[in-house]
Amino acid sequence: MLAIGLVLFTALLLLAITFLRRKSPAVLRRIDAFERLNRVVGLAVENGTRLHISLGRGNLFTSRGASALAGLAMLRRLAERTSLSDRPPIVTSGDASLSILSQDTLQAGYHAAGADDQYRISTGRLTGLTPFSYAAGTIPVTRDEMVSANVVIGDFGSESALLVEAADREDTHLIAASDNLSAQSILYASAQDPLIGEELFASGAYMGAGISHEASLQVQDVLRWLVIVAIVGGALLKLVGFNF
Amino acid sequence: MRVFTAAIAMASGLIVLLGYFYPLPALTQLRIMLTDWAIIIAAMAVLVGIANLVFVHMDKIRKREKNSMYGALLVLSLIATFGLGLVFGPENQIVQLAVDAVIVPVEASLMAILAVTLVYASIRLFRRRTDVMTVIFLVVAVSFLFAVMPKPIDPVINDQISQPILWLASIFSRGGARGLLIGIALGTLLTGIRVLFGIDRPYGGN
Repeated sequence: MLAIGLVLFTALLLLAITFLRRKSPAVLRRIDAFERLNRVVGLAVENGTRLHISLGRGNLFTSRGASALAGLAMLRRLAERTSLSDRPPIVTSGDASLSILSQDTLQAGYHAAGADDQYRISTGRLTGLTPFSYAAGTIPVTRDEMVSANVVIGDFGSESALLVEAADREDTHLIAASDNLSAQSILYASAQDPLIGEELFASGAYMGAGISHEASLQVQDVLRWLVIVAIVGGALLKLVGFNF
Repeated sequence: MRVFTAAIAMASGLIVLLGYFYPLPALTQLRIMLTDWAIIIAAMAVLVGIANLVFVHMDKIRKREKNSMYGALLVLSLIATFGLGLVFGPENQIVQLAVDAVIVPVEASLMAILAVTLVYASIRLFRRRTDVMTVIFLVVAVSFLFAVMPKPIDPVINDQISQPILWLASIFSRGGARGLLIGIALGTLLTGIRVLFGIDRPYGGN
């Protein structure tokens, strides 16, 4: 009952904030990784190099799929913004369903930008179905395909270190985010601009994916405060001897 | 067509969600049926993904791109293992050999490279970012490694040295990890709701 109540409350709050936010754009705090991403997208288009977007292995049947969906929202925006480029971005993923969705998202992005002819089926690739085969299949893309910037966003494990190392070796820009805690610690140690915690889910809002993404951030803030109040309140009640 | 795909996706999502919350026989049956369909489609997606992989590498070979010989090796290996698997079945000794003698050792080697890569990345961290958080990160990592590594001293003294470090590190790391997980769970919830209510539609060319 609590779970369905939470889902309904969140949905209603999201709809209400989306409705209220229609006329006033949100003010977002500065996140270096997104600032740099905006810069490198422009540079890639100007100097005729590619973006490489790595969406990870987020299986859509599990809770890990949410990070993949956040990656797809970002991909959609990136596809639109790079539609003028001579070299379309390459998307790699380690899950078959995600790979098909990435092709669909690329196509939709080009269509929205009025550049349908830019879409190539070979730009959305499945590079491996296990963590290390995925890394092994993705590294050559960074090396051989004229890539100037890598966006590693989604569900990754420790294999993300190999992707970061490959990007570093080729002296390319790297923006990295994962929902996996061990990958986050690896990215913190090895990546130039890691996105930590829920910043992964803010990518849509920062890339201009719409009011609903900005409203999502506000709902997350509200829910986070409720969780904090519940934790502190629960601890205080326990302290005064109230058992529940 | 786009409205139709969105309606189907939203209805399927809501049925599956309701099936979890209210395990009524009819809803549960419908949920299981929809999940089974999704699993079959996902299995077909693997075949489509592999076909795409072959297409990409064949294209590289045809255009004689850099390192296309690796692509040729991949396609040949794929055809050989796929053919053997079809003829003899996945439990056959030869097919199993492809996994045990090739895939497992290669992945183990990558795991070994990963260990070296991580040590190297930690060393380079100071060059990349020199701030308080970097210092804390490295101090905690080194202290933790020191606490768990075998030491040539009396086990009782070893415990007296290691336990306080592990205790302190576990309090902060558990707290931090839970904070990050709560943030990720909230992000996951909101992403799911956006897809469920058709606000985000990463399908059907939307």
